[in-house]
Amino acid sequence: MTEEYDDIILADLSDEELIEQMYDDLYDGLADEVAEGTQILLDRGWEAKRILDEVLVAGMTIVGVDFRDGILFVPEVLMAANSMKAGMELLRPILADTGAKPIGKMVIGTVKGDIHDIGKNLVGMMMEGAGFEVVDLGINVEAETFAAALIEHRPDILGMSALLTTTMPYMQVVIDTLTERGLRDDFTVLVGGAPLNEEFSQAIGADAYCRDAAVAVETARRFVEGTA
Amino acid sequence: MATGRVMVIACGAIAREVLRIRDMNGWDHVEVQCLPAGLHNTPQAIPKAVSDKIEQVRNQADTLFVAYADCGTAGALDRVLEPLNIERLPGAHCYEFFAGSEAFGDLTDEQPGSFYLTDFLVRHFERLVIQGLGLDRHPELAGQYFGNYRRVVHLAQDGSRSLRRQAAGHAKRLGLDFDYRQFGDGPLAAALTPVLENAGPATDNGPSASLEKTP
Ligand code: B12
Repeated sequence: MTEEYDDIILADLSDEELIEQMYDDLYDGLADEVAEGTQILLDRGWEAKRILDEVLVAGMTIVGVDFRDGILFVPEVLMAANSMKAGMELLRPILADTGAKPIGKMVIGTVKGDIHDIGKNLVGMMMEGAGFEVVDLGINVEAETFAAALIEHRPDILGMSALLTTTMPYMQVVIDTLTERGLRDDFTVLVGGAPLNEEFSQAIGADAYCRDAAVAVETARRFVEGTA
Repeated sequence: MATGRVMVIACGAIAREVLRIRDMNGWDHVEVQCLPAGLHNTPQAIPKAVSDKIEQVRNQADTLFVAYADCGTAGALDRVLEPLNIERLPGAHCYEFFAGSEAFGDLTDEQPGSFYLTDFLVRHFERLVIQGLGLDRHPELAGQYFGNYRRVVHLAQDGSRSLRRQAAGHAKRLGLDFDYRQFGDGPLAAALTPVLENAGPATDNGPSASLEKTP
């Protein structure tokens, strides 16, 4: 599709065509094009929130489904995530100005010993896209650091990520630390990472395991709305 | 313990070392079959691949052994092997058994931002690391993959200088420091020996006499 593609002038497209094109651009990881499309929609008077929901998050959800089904691989997901980020960067200041209240707050981090962060970052971004305020503690995060951040930020949700079977058990250490401090019941604990599963999440006393970012958003929403 | 002919189903990434250990020990009763090393990047596909291989070779040997660690399957590989009573290598992944669990733990504590290369990964760096992560198509992603890393540690097996040089080159390409640790085949051999050494072709008075093997 390359040559024909080069000729497309985004500004000439109708809203509908433009959105379709932006889904494709997001899927193909074309950050500049996604940013350009976002700007065009803003110029046409679209609200930032609507662009986020109907274009960026919706487009990234398609990417997530194809990653889950083994059609897309890690590099493609990273490229797509970077494109979504390029669009979000334009929207973030506008969203902040409108003073819309976040629907909830999440503290997230990759546990001690593990420095895989692609999945965690994606979850953080999709949570932000869904209207959560996200505090990212980064990688290799110790139980003490999690506990301190929970006390400081008072989020609704704690999210922990681990990609190594050797670091998964550390999630238990974090939860035990929270329990000892009498903090455990103040937060919903969501866990994720490729080697985890529901059984593990239950065994360590987390509230839920989330297979991917879309499930994370849905689950977090249910917990803050009290419908979980 | 293994008896009679043993078939080892090995990850392609460690096959060379398994064969070397076999040959050095003169384990003529051990045969090795490999699965593609590329499965490493899609661990969810490992259990099925191993199970298909087992089906295919189970009549060709008295004992099967799987030369995989858990390798990111999070117990799914064990769920294939346990009902069949087939053993595998201990540990979480091959870096662990190339260095030995304790030494590996120390290396990680010393510098959590360590990226490990075995001899195999040094040789196939281009295909498994660069292409596997899509860095050939998107070199701009290198920072996102390796930004959290500080050093490359070559967990060396055969100790050749040319491999060491190549590994240092890979570290440089990723913009990371380079560290070299020579482990040889020792830790892997230690894991394989108890399962493989005492098996063997039936001898007249051997306890593990197998009819097929008796001429
Ligand atoms: C990319 C990758 C890397 C990159 C990491 C880059 C980075 N910045 O993160 C690099 C190449 C640097 C790397 C390094 C290593 N890796 Co690695 N890596 C992978 C790989 C191929 C993909 C992981 C990934 O990013 N997936 C893409 C994202 C989008 O998916 P995800 O992480 O699963 O996240 C989704 C869900 O799980 C969920 N989720 C994730 N976190 C969270 C958190 C919350 C709160 C929620 C709700 C949901 C959630 O939502 C996410 C989005 O949908 C996996 C194999 C695999 N297919 O899983 C191996 C894998 C995880 N790595 C592995 C290993 C062994 C290593 C190394 C030790 C290898 C080495 N040679 O040194 C080092 C780690 C060293 C260290 N000190 O930590 C093993 C782990 C084996 C095991 N037994 O644990 C794996 C399974 C590969 C294998 N088969 O051996 N790795």
